[in-house]
Amino acid sequence: MTTTSRTTYQIPIGPIHPALKEPVNFSFEIDGEKIINVDVQLGHVHRSIEWAGTKRNFIQVLYLAERICGICSYCHPMSLALAVERAAHIQVPDRAEYLRVVHAELERIASHILWAGVAAHEIGFDSVLFLTWQVREAVLDLIEYLTGNRITKGITMIGGVRRDITAEMVPRIHKTLQDLKKQVEKLHHVMLDDSTIQMRCRNCGVLTKEDALKLCAVGPTARASGVRKDVRLDQPYFAFGDLDFEYTTPDVLTGEVNGDVYDRIIVRLLEVKQSIDLIEQCLDRMPVGDIVAEPKIPALLATLNKVTGEGIGRMEAPRGEVFHYVRLTGAESLYSWKVRAPTYSNILPWIPMLLGQQIADIPIIAASIDPCMSCTNRVTLVQNNQSTMVDGEQLHRLSIEKTRRLRL
Amino acid sequence: MRGECVIAKGLVKSFKKALWVYHINSGSCNGCDIEIIASLCPRYDIERFGIKLVGSPRHADVLLITGPVSRQMVDKVKRTYEQMPDPKAVICVGNCGNTGDVFYESYNLVGPVDKILPVDVYVIGCPPRPENIIYGISKAWEKLETLETTT
Repeated sequence: MTTTSRTTYQIPIGPIHPALKEPVNFSFEIDGEKIINVDVQLGHVHRSIEWAGTKRNFIQVLYLAERICGICSYCHPMSLALAVERAAHIQVPDRAEYLRVVHAELERIASHILWAGVAAHEIGFDSVLFLTWQVREAVLDLIEYLTGNRITKGITMIGGVRRDITAEMVPRIHKTLQDLKKQVEKLHHVMLDDSTIQMRCRNCGVLTKEDALKLCAVGPTARASGVRKDVRLDQPYFAFGDLDFEYTTPDVLTGEVNGDVYDRIIVRLLEVKQSIDLIEQCLDRMPVGDIVAEPKIPALLATLNKVTGEGIGRMEAPRGEVFHYVRLTGAESLYSWKVRAPTYSNILPWIPMLLGQQIADIPIIAASIDPCMSCTNRVTLVQNNQSTMVDGEQLHRLSIEKTRRLRL
Repeated sequence: MRGECVIAKGLVKSFKKALWVYHINSGSCNGCDIEIIASLCPRYDIERFGIKLVGSPRHADVLLITGPVSRQMVDKVKRTYEQMPDPKAVICVGNCGNTGDVFYESYNLVGPVDKILPVDVYVIGCPPRPENIIYGISKAWEKLETLETTT
């Protein structure tokens, strides 16, 4: 009689895979149906944006930042603008601060509804995908009406925004928001009361509060685990300090926090409602005045070209905190620019979420943090025309070498 | 010779009924990708023309490629193209795949796409509207049909 020993096997997923909309490579170590180890390889979408940003002038770099990610096409250039404004001490007019909130919240609504559709698709619920995307088209129509574009909005300007919301635009915004409220209520019922979704998402991909804090999860992923963390409330920017809203955690609705995929659905759907409310508050309270600090672009460039200093811009993007650092040295372009996108912080929480789960749950768990690879992939080493992955040990060695060089 | 004609005729018929598309993201910003999904969803609904996204390049007639092709993705893009059966068409969606656009002079990009694959239809826009993408696909359809009737 031959004896068989139990061994594990590897499943590579990606970078090109129908379940993934973006290139990322997972390698799973599987024992039977259970995942016992996960490794993530990134860098397929590295486009050297930060490097290219130091070759452009201050207006061009806004459009480059807009193309870091097509879904967060507002919060990246806006964080960059916040950072540059802080470095150059530019005072943004009050009306522009309110307009910025309107656009930020519209982006959050579009992004969260999009995510709800993708999540439904990942568990094979395609009718919900089509339902959500139909709702999303209404939001995109409103965005197009306000900015002129559907996806990349081109609304950001250093010191303000580029387009005003006039009095005749307001009724249409209110009407769309009212329709949207009904649709979101319907989505709420379809996604949260459905027994299939409950069975697939409850107790699946659990991230405990401790892990969320330890691994620095951000945004809805952290809030679904019960961490009360939101840049809009912790360090108010734009006009968020004047508005009335609270942290969105799943216990608002269910009274308990499990940190599973179901809780992440709850948090995102509640945030859509919250965003609609915030836009309405903004429209009611918006003061009259200028929409940009310096309307003449040559004059703005002339001031920025003389600025020396550094600044940071933080914003609560739909996926979590986005962070931009800039350094200006009195030149015509940025001296240095660093972007930290929310997915970067949310990749490590993937590991405790995926361990011990079944292979079939990989897509929904991976999708549950709303990953955005094009935001994240800006860290690869390119030497002699070849990309090389650098692991922790190598990095440590490089770091020691650099310290030695510096001390010579 | 005669046999080949029969097969070609059969293919013309099949193209008139359904065109299957495989979508690959070669390092794009997601803007074009979500517009591609939007063109499949209820507002634009290209599935009513029999056009649908498929999960494997081996089932596809058309390759829809977005993004400026980063260095890590070059061989994957080439391999995907090679896996598609003939006759096939390539559509490049979005400005960055066509010209490099805002990412020009970047050190990690190998594109534009037409340096790597023979592109048949260029869809411009950053991102192009769903109408634009649907128009591009219908152009590719025409190309495949003329290809079939001439052989």
